[in-house]
Amino acid sequence: MAVHVQSADFDSAAEIARFERQAALKGAGAVASFCGLVRGREGEDGPLIGAMTLEHYPGMTERALAAIEAEALARWPLTDSLIIHRFGRLEPGARIVLVCTASSHREAAFAACAFLMDWLKTKAPFWKKEETAEGPRWVDAKAEDDARAAAWNEASAPRNPD
Amino acid sequence: MKLLYFAWVRETVGLDEETLSLPPGVTTLGDLALWQAGRGAGYAEAFSDPRRLRAAVNQDLATPETPLTASDEVAFFPPLTGG
Repeated sequence: MAVHVQSADFDSAAEIARFERQAALKGAGAVASFCGLVRGREGEDGPLIGAMTLEHYPGMTERALAAIEAEALARWPLTDSLIIHRFGRLEPGARIVLVCTASSHREAAFAACAFLMDWLKTKAPFWKKEETAEGPRWVDAKAEDDARAAAWNEASAPRNPD
Repeated sequence: MKLLYFAWVRETVGLDEETLSLPPGVTTLGDLALWQAGRGAGYAEAFSDPRRLRAAVNQDLATPETPLTASDEVAFFPPLTGG
């Protein structure tokens, strides 16, 4: 179980490989991961994005990510989890976030990985400012993200993992 | 109490943090948001519509009903956009 909030880039392949080795030692049979990148354009014909600056609330961010991770551990039989979230100015293609989950079986690993991302979107204190040709703008929260995060309160954890 | 501002709230208020005595009559987060709107131009703009804002008290997300004390750390910010 680990949470890292950092401005530095991370090496996804190395992080996942290290996570897999630890997961195997704990008897896991499944590892799922998700990596989020800075998009170069908002939507199909939206403005080009020169860069994105992520602002966060030091202290609360770490607490919020740890609480989200604890919630995933309470809902699914995970053997391990990892969240790395960056802040600062990031250019298109840059990695923003990496989430890894490990479990005995794939169903819990997949579901917990999706859950962590959905809750990160709406419960972690980050704000994004995009630089576009029309000037800088703060990215609005999406109602769709709130709905996805709330949907987990109606969904139940898997009972019969395979 | 310590007040923190993030994202466009920080830019609109023109400060990232400040220290303040608990204003008279302010007992909840909702009271404080209303009081902030009366402090001058940047505050008036940032706090004109509290529905656009979110807040945390001592680093936990809070609601307008959350009670406040003089030693609290209160942060105001737009809805969260992590991930």
